[in-house]
Amino acid sequence: MSEILKVGMADLKVCKSPDGLTTLGLGSCVGVAIRDPITKIGGLAHVMLPDSTKIKSNSNRYKFADTGIQDLVDTLVSMGASKSRMQAKIAGGAQMFTLETRPNTVRVGDMNVAASKAKLKELGIPILAEDTGLNYGRTVIFYPETGVMTVRSVGKEDKIL
Amino acid sequence: MSKIDLNAVNAEYFDVLQEIGNIGAGNAATALAHMLNIRVDMSVPQVKLLEFSEVGSILGGEEQILAGVYLSVNGDITGSMMFLLKKESARKLVSLLMKTEETDDELNEIEKSALQEIGNIITASYLNSLSTLTNMTISPSVPSLSIDMAGAILSVPAIEFGFMSDKLLLIQTEFSDGLDGFFILIPDMESYDKILGAIGL
Repeated sequence: MSEILKVGMADLKVCKSPDGLTTLGLGSCVGVAIRDPITKIGGLAHVMLPDSTKIKSNSNRYKFADTGIQDLVDTLVSMGASKSRMQAKIAGGAQMFTLETRPNTVRVGDMNVAASKAKLKELGIPILAEDTGLNYGRTVIFYPETGVMTVRSVGKEDKIL
Repeated sequence: MSKIDLNAVNAEYFDVLQEIGNIGAGNAATALAHMLNIRVDMSVPQVKLLEFSEVGSILGGEEQILAGVYLSVNGDITGSMMFLLKKESARKLVSLLMKTEETDDELNEIEKSALQEIGNIITASYLNSLSTLTNMTISPSVPSLSIDMAGAILSVPAIEFGFMSDKLLLIQTEFSDGLDGFFILIPDMESYDKILGAIGL
């Protein structure tokens, strides 16, 4: 029997095939899924903010793209995954509201996507697919077995990445 | 250095926030009753300090469809505010306002703008009472509406709180039977101190 582990906001989880990972209702946050296709070890991080160095309240490392993705990769390596084989898929980073008077909050989705891509690039992990931006929420289901990431949104067909 | 630390809110702060929620939501309920010309009974609001991981589940799960009205707050204090309704409550309010039959259809553009107006009036009355209570000028912006999954909508206030803490402060009020409304007031860090200072803490 395989299990699907749920990843909450500002959290990350890892698993081995045949288990899967899900995070529900991503808004401006970004879901970063990484797997090693040989060992079929994978993980999913739900990051809220782009940069831990710009914020005082940064004790929760999983909250940020820079530290969260770093910790995700380190955890996968400690489980036996190879960093050089890792591949990523990302989803989320929507702009849920249009509010000109609150530009930092409104643009945080884009900033989260950019910061996630920058961190993955720094770590040398290729991004195979993404479904980011726009103005709607996304639920993500990821299986390290196949690397398939399914993105579910309200009133839309499921997207298979 | 700010006095408030949301990771360690004491009972006194909590009481003040509860009272602000109480008066604000009371004022909002009255405005709602006037607008819809119905009787609105309000439950005592509950203040909840939630971990980010609990945020989605509080409103019926991360995938529960919610209507969220979000606006920014300017004046003597700055920050933002959100008013949330479950989709069924939103439908009910819209049909009461527009005097139409309640359906399960998706809201059309006119109904969405009606809902935005309801959100506008409710949040403005909430902020009005905060303004009176603190003797500060507080002016809300035009609100923005989103109907989507709870997790996605709540990511916005969670991110606002995320700049300063690992928790989110939510005020829950029940208007009449089954009409649940939730307020999230997100003062910027310095404004938290101003609010509490104005009340004498």
